[in-house]
Amino acid sequence: MSLNNNENNNSRRNFLFGGIAATTAVLTGCLDNSHPFHTEESIALTGEKVKLLSVNGDVIEIDRAFLKPVPDLPTLTNDEERKGIAGKKFVMVIDLARCKNLRKCQSACNHMHQVHPGQNWIKVLGMEDSIHSAPYWQPTTCMHCDEPPCVKVCPVDATFKRQDGIVLIDSDRCIGCRFCMAACPYSTRVFNWEEPQLDPQVAEQHYSCESSMPQKKGTVGKCDFCPDMSRKGELPHCVQACPNGVFMFGDLNEDSVTNGSETFRFSDLIKDKAGYRLMEDLGTKPSVYYLPPVNRNFPYESGLENQTKETK
Amino acid sequence: MNLVWKIKPRKPNKYYNVENNNPISRDRIINDLVPKRFGKRGMIWTSILIIFCLAGAYAYYRQLTQGLVVTNMRDYVSWGIYISNFVFFVAISLVGSLITAILRLADVHWSTPLTRIAEIIAVSAIVFASLIIIVDMGRPERFMNLFLHGRLQSPIIWDVTVISTYFLISLFLLYLPLLPDLKILILHRKPSVNKFHKLYVFLGSFWKGHKDQFRINDKSINILCVMIIPVAFCIHTVTSWLFATTYRPGWDSTNFGAYFISGAFLVGAGAVVVAMYVFRRYYKLEKYITELHFEKMGKIVVMLGLLYLYFNINEYLIPAFKMKKAEEEHLRELFSGSYAIMFWFAIFVGMLIPIFILITKKGRKPLPMFIAGIMVVVGAWFKRYLIVTPTLLHPFLPMQNVPESYKHYFPSWEEWAIAIGSLAGALLIITFFVRILPIIPIYETIIEQNEESQKDHSL
Repeated sequence: MSLNNNENNNSRRNFLFGGIAATTAVLTGCLDNSHPFHTEESIALTGEKVKLLSVNGDVIEIDRAFLKPVPDLPTLTNDEERKGIAGKKFVMVIDLARCKNLRKCQSACNHMHQVHPGQNWIKVLGMEDSIHSAPYWQPTTCMHCDEPPCVKVCPVDATFKRQDGIVLIDSDRCIGCRFCMAACPYSTRVFNWEEPQLDPQVAEQHYSCESSMPQKKGTVGKCDFCPDMSRKGELPHCVQACPNGVFMFGDLNEDSVTNGSETFRFSDLIKDKAGYRLMEDLGTKPSVYYLPPVNRNFPYESGLENQTKETK
Repeated sequence: MNLVWKIKPRKPNKYYNVENNNPISRDRIINDLVPKRFGKRGMIWTSILIIFCLAGAYAYYRQLTQGLVVTNMRDYVSWGIYISNFVFFVAISLVGSLITAILRLADVHWSTPLTRIAEIIAVSAIVFASLIIIVDMGRPERFMNLFLHGRLQSPIIWDVTVISTYFLISLFLLYLPLLPDLKILILHRKPSVNKFHKLYVFLGSFWKGHKDQFRINDKSINILCVMIIPVAFCIHTVTSWLFATTYRPGWDSTNFGAYFISGAFLVGAGAVVVAMYVFRRYYKLEKYITELHFEKMGKIVVMLGLLYLYFNINEYLIPAFKMKKAEEEHLRELFSGSYAIMFWFAIFVGMLIPIFILITKKGRKPLPMFIAGIMVVVGAWFKRYLIVTPTLLHPFLPMQNVPESYKHYFPSWEEWAIAIGSLAGALLIITFFVRILPIIPIYETIIEQNEESQKDHSL
């Protein structure tokens, strides 16, 4: 008895919903000019036919006049970009023994992300830990911390931690308070103090958190681990650009990292070469590991010639 | 008769009119305390403030069109005088809660003529604290994101919450005690000659002076006084947490909340002393703000100064004892490096010398108090600058791969114009307030004088 009632209720509800949906559909169909099946009479036929493959697999022919360029639409929604790539946990290993301050990583990153002149998302720092210890070159990216201090302090969720371990910035949401810059102990964040100098094509693109492009005035930017490249199955720009294979990028879940030409088992590499992370005592748990500058490929001094006056 | 009704008997205020023991008549008090037109000096003062405000507005227009690039803040020094000015404003606003609430709840009555001074300083400072923080934002048009996408975990959201709460409570603490005065102001002159008659009617026409109204008003003020103390502690503690929640040397301190609050009370009390002196001189209020008020305030400033000194010792000397690597560079720069002059200026002029001036009886006369008050306020402004900037110039990783201009900070003219404009704006609010409304509570003064006369008669 009660079951029947339920069924009745359901069917009545379905009927109601169906009716409403149908009415709305008809109404929008009548009112909306952008209805997909609405033919635009203003198109003048060229007479030239183009062959296309239909969704059914049939080859069809239409007039060239009906061809329109596909509008530039984002391929991922903001929600998907905030979630990250399922099943991944990105890590980077930077081998200090291989770095000679060529800064190809820096120029590639700056070029690809159109970083403002003078600013860098990757810095190659000349480090010397104490008076008697040996100097070395240390490329410094965003650490993509597992306990990111920047994410903790952001008042509007404009910078966030994704399930694949990447910390990104949503420049459409950032209010430019710069609390994250004060909070980051690695000083990795930069600010767009003025209107970014972008190529016209880039400036017209839809903003994507994953490519961090196009950057926006009054918001914060930083190294993003290039998740747009990972989606394409390619390595980040810095990894590709480095001729010495300093940067190794990979997935902790697969336990492998690669610089493009060599691939290592991550756990073995860290164990064999005594990998470490920066400022472990702060508890930020970075995703970037460093291999100490021992058995170096180049002497420290060979990197000095790349120190220009301005950027020293 | 309505006017002299009140809820609880208050102790007569023996500090009034010590020169001659006769109480001042009701009409005399009203005539002395109703707002006066600006004289020539008042007009010049107001015009100067307006010019500074306009200069600040123009600088902000430039910043809005060109971006924060017009400031000299860069990636390392990402917070500059806007933020130190913000901290200064929040600090100075704390005095409202001290003079109004803490002294009221402690049943101290000599402070009655100072309550409104303290409260208008609090309100104007908190208004400009909020404005200056919006000026500091890279995308001020996205301000609503704080409410649309606010994350409760972020200290900025805490700050927004407590500052708006504090602003509302302060506004009520300014407004409620004003109600009996508004009635006096409405009745004082005929509407035709009363320039602000409409405003007074709009603000206070519902106030009839009934017993019930007084009872409700008094109760509300008491409740607000209890409420404002924790909120006041929150605004400045949370402001200190904007720094203390980071890892940076000079900010990473568990001492920060108490250090900020003690400093805030000191600068607020200093500001009240300065305002007391100026209003007393300009409006000839010697009968109402007496030397005994200065004497009492002087002792309060000394106490607060010593308290601040205590927290300064904790804040600087204990890390200096250890000289951890990250702290060392920062502290050396403050004690003997490029910030040494400003640092010792802030310590001596903003704290130690005023303590030494005010600890003597002669130092607690109006003029030396005024000078000490100015020293406290100026020193406090520079102290806030020292809290914000030098820390940012001492990051953990070396400052490399950046243009030379990123490694230093001196505010640009736009930043100075906006900072000075905001200070002028806060003073302008106070100035206009004094022009429109009585800066010393008329009604309460009448009551206390009346009590004194009754007491004299009974003797």
